Amino acid sequence: MVTRNNDVWVFIEQRGGKPADVSLELLSKGRKLAQQLNGRLKAIVIGFNAESIAKETFRYGASEVLLADHKELEHYRTMTYSRVLSELVDKYRPGVVLFGATITGRDLAPRIASFIKSGLTADCTDLQISDVKYLRNEYKNLLLQIRPAFGGNIIATIISPEVDVQMATVREGVMRLEPLEIPVNGKITLVPYQPSTLDSVIKIIEQHRQENKVNLKSAPIIVAGGYGLGTKENFKLVQELAATIGGEVAGSRAAVDAGFVTPDRQVGQTGVTVRPKLYIAIGISGAIQHRAGMQESNKIIAINSDPEAPIFGVAHYGIVGDAAQIIPTFINVFKQKLR
Amino acid sequence: MGYKSIVLVKQVPDTANISGQVMKEDGTVNRSLLPAIFNHEDRVALEMALQIQDNHGGNVSVITMGPPRASDVLRECLFMGADDAYLISDRKFAGADTLATSYVLSEAIKKIGSFDFIFAGRQAIDGDTAQVGPQTAEKLGIPQITYAQEIVSINNNKVLIKKKIEGGYEILESPLPVLVTVLKDAVFPRPYKAKRVMAYKNAKTLMELEKLTEDNSLLYIDQLKYEYMSKHLYINTITMDDLKLDVERCGVAGSPTKVHKIESVVLTGNKHEHIEPNKIGIGTLIDKLMEDHIFG
Ligand SMILES: Cc1cc2nc3c(=O)[nH]c(=O)nc-3n(C[C@H](O)[C@H](O)[C@H](O)COP(=O)(O)OP(=O)(O)OC[C@H]3O[C@@H](n4cnc5c(N)ncnc54)[C@H](O)[C@@H]3O)c2cc1C
Ligand SMILES: Cc1cc2nc3c(=O)[nH]c(=O)nc-3n(C[C@H](O)[C@H](O)[C@H](O)COP(=O)(O)OP(=O)(O)OC[C@H]3O[C@@H](n4cnc5c(N)ncnc54)[C@H](O)[C@@H]3O)c2cc1C
Repeated sequence: MVTRNNDVWVFIEQRGGKPADVSLELLSKGRKLAQQLNGRLKAIVIGFNAESIAKETFRYGASEVLLADHKELEHYRTMTYSRVLSELVDKYRPGVVLFGATITGRDLAPRIASFIKSGLTADCTDLQISDVKYLRNEYKNLLLQIRPAFGGNIIATIISPEVDVQMATVREGVMRLEPLEIPVNGKITLVPYQPSTLDSVIKIIEQHRQENKVNLKSAPIIVAGGYGLGTKENFKLVQELAATIGGEVAGSRAAVDAGFVTPDRQVGQTGVTVRPKLYIAIGISGAIQHRAGMQESNKIIAINSDPEAPIFGVAHYGIVGDAAQIIPTFINVFKQKLR
Repeated sequence: MGYKSIVLVKQVPDTANISGQVMKEDGTVNRSLLPAIFNHEDRVALEMALQIQDNHGGNVSVITMGPPRASDVLRECLFMGADDAYLISDRKFAGADTLATSYVLSEAIKKIGSFDFIFAGRQAIDGDTAQVGPQTAEKLGIPQITYAQEIVSINNNKVLIKKKIEGGYEILESPLPVLVTVLKDAVFPRPYKAKRVMAYKNAKTLMELEKLTEDNSLLYIDQLKYEYMSKHLYINTITMDDLKLDVERCGVAGSPTKVHKIESVVLTGNKHEHIEPNKIGIGTLIDKLMEDHIFG
């Protein structure tokens, strides 16, 4: 049986000079995993002038940052980042390595897993530490990597029992952000960067990035509309309701595909995962892939003309009827009560 | 002249209709219970390769690792315009995770020969991991561009590719060879050509020819294979014996990730409170949300 180091590593992605939310979410989760394993939580930061990013991780529980800081590392590039990280992981063999299941994470993590010949579980929505009995063997303190597959129709628990490095990518928004009152008094360890021939074969010619202006994830109230609204005109009712009650507008994929709402506001498996205090789903049937992105919401109101719609299965309050009538009533009553 | 492309294609179960029975005890998939289809993004990947061929010449090979019946997708590739098809199939490859899959694929690619491009789908709709492309690139020691949206240009053995990144896009320049994974809307796959369908619907893999000899004792496999090859109807078939592989790195044995448990997603059957669709009903609902400090 393999012996495993108890440390948990989190790769820190960057967005506009800051750690990406998903990376901080992973630190928050990683801190608990490391506690259970009696190991340390380490953040891996690769970039240029990235010390402030490194320090930010202490607020989410990292006790050490491995920092590779070099001009050549300013922008994410597959070959450079994967080489630097592969060498680090290979050298220290941490028991758990986590990445956001973002475009970057899904580009980077598989190359590293391939390099160190280890298992990589994609797109996890939960992680746990547990003893496992698998094919008549008992394994201690394995990482249970829980993930949807088959287009979201099944939830699989994946383990990598026979390797020392268990790697996973984790979906954005599913782990809770839990900043500490008092940051850890951690240390930063510099990792020297030595250029290698394959590093710069791919050149970035142009880069266009708009930092997401809509921040659905941190909205306390979300009003989401679906295909059932029928027209873009009707969808305005959703926007009006959101404006009235102080919520953000969101939509199902069908609403996005129909052009009712922009893709950055799509909730679900291929959109954003949210857990607001209140989620109002209007004219949304409640397909598995939509529910995957909203069912953890604190309170859910479903408004649908079909009493059998699956969305009612995850709702706390259900209103059966025509959205075009219910929304204006809601707006009026709300205005009267909270004028 | 021209560019040589290899396209990785996968036959996938149609994940639109899944039930618990589809999963076997050991967590692997009982694919025989599901209709098998051509992974859409792989079709898009093939189209991208064919467009390079249209514009610059060269040729396009497709390969799949899978059970014998995965030859169906290879025939579909031939209908679209692929020049050669390869089935990589062996019992010992079964149950592979992405690490073992990319190992066998990369060894098969080395055997097939040199190439300028490898195209793959971004992800397959069953495993949904998006890992096989990058892992194959790593094993071949070549760069990769994932989430490609468009080939901007190809010049002097350099390619410019537009790829999606978080909140935008990037244009990258890569030398060749490179592995590219494509997004579903990158290009629109061409329909099958009737002439090619007529010709290639009879294309057969080694296993399919063996089946013919089993059914008819007058046929000899070597002769049959030769006949199909000369008519360009032989689907190249690569098994364990054709590759120099480490058995320990193939199939279940070579797969570090294990499916420990599978649950089909079922509704929790949560009992929700029914609210009347009128002023009074909605009024009480709003009162409750005010009490909960969600409103107000
Ligand atoms: C791999 C994959 C990933 C996916 N990812 C996502 C994702 O991230 N997010 C997502 O949302 N979907 C996703 N989907 C799509 C998902 O399966 C559904 O197709 C989609 O969520 C349906 O959107 P909808 O509920 O708005 O539309 P529909 O399913 O068409 O539902 C419309 C609903 O409106 C109701 N309705 C009709 N008229 C009225 C009216 N006048 N008043 C009130 N109600 C009315 C109907 O009863 C119905 O329930 C994905 C699918 C796949 C295969
Ligand atoms: C429920 C479930 C969960 C799983 N989870 C994981 C996991 O977390 N980690 C893991 O390593 N494995 C996992 N697997 C195994 C994985 O699905 C298989 O290894 C699968 O053969 C390849 O992965 P994929 O379908 O995710 O392909 P992807 O990596 O999503 O495919 C990307 C592209 O690679 C190419 N490609 C993929 N497979 C082949 C092939 N056989 N032949 C030719 N080209 C191909 C295609 O172009 C495809 O579009 C899981 C399997 C199941 C059933």
